[in-house]
Amino acid sequence: MTTTEKTYAGVCVTCNEQGYLTNFEQWNKDVGLAIAKEEQIEMTDKHWEVIQFLQEQHKKQVPLSIRKIGKSGVVSIKEFYQLFPKGPLKISSRISGIPKPVSCI
Amino acid sequence: MIMENGEDKPIKKMMLILSKATIDNVYACFILANGARMEGIESEIFFTFFGLEAIQKKKLEHLHVATVGNPAMHIPTLLGGLPGMEALATKMMKSEMEKLDIPPVGEFLEILAASGTKLWACKLAMDMFHIEEKHLIDDLDGVLTVGDFYVRAQGDNTHLLFI
Repeated sequence: MTTTEKTYAGVCVTCNEQGYLTNFEQWNKDVGLAIAKEEQIEMTDKHWEVIQFLQEQHKKQVPLSIRKIGKSGVVSIKEFYQLFPKGPLKISSRISGIPKPVSCI
Repeated sequence: MIMENGEDKPIKKMMLILSKATIDNVYACFILANGARMEGIESEIFFTFFGLEAIQKKKLEHLHVATVGNPAMHIPTLLGGLPGMEALATKMMKSEMEKLDIPPVGEFLEILAASGTKLWACKLAMDMFHIEEKHLIDDLDGVLTVGDFYVRAQGDNTHLLFI
């Protein structure tokens, strides 16, 4: 896997080929905001709530799926698509600084 | 994906036609439709012939895997035809799917509807099987002819897939 160094909000981070952070420790909210801007997402409190949930799941090493998001109580699947229209789980994971989910569901 | 000529031509829409109701075919269709939406690709499903079973309220949770005429099951055809074999094989498959966080058919349809996948029933097949709209799931987007479905498939980079 080739990685590249990128600078978001003045922080130098390591990303994989698809632009996902390879080290979650390098993430902070400003980095997330800068990645969101790249994904053309205007972040609201609801967006951040979802990001926080994803990061908590990542820390607990729970594999993410659309079904888990729907059952999270944080956001419904419909809202999730409204927040991140062009591929909700992959875009929100990228903003969260966590790896791209591998599930097919 | 970057093509050889340097032009970027991502898939924009997946139009899936589900004509079978064995559980493996139904899940293949649903996973493809859901996977498209997860990648930001539009998706629609046209349920025709036996595929209609997957959107009939009373039938959708009782779909089976085929144990007869399915060499990949590795069950001799004679045994596969014994009473209860299909139900047993289906139960085993469903429990494996649950472990992988794959939802049951009804819940999967709700996820698809919430994600914006359009769900259509085939008019001709409904007439043939004497199925009325009231027998079908509430999330159904409507009843279409094949011509209507082709109209919906218009546009660049639409792919059609028959299952």
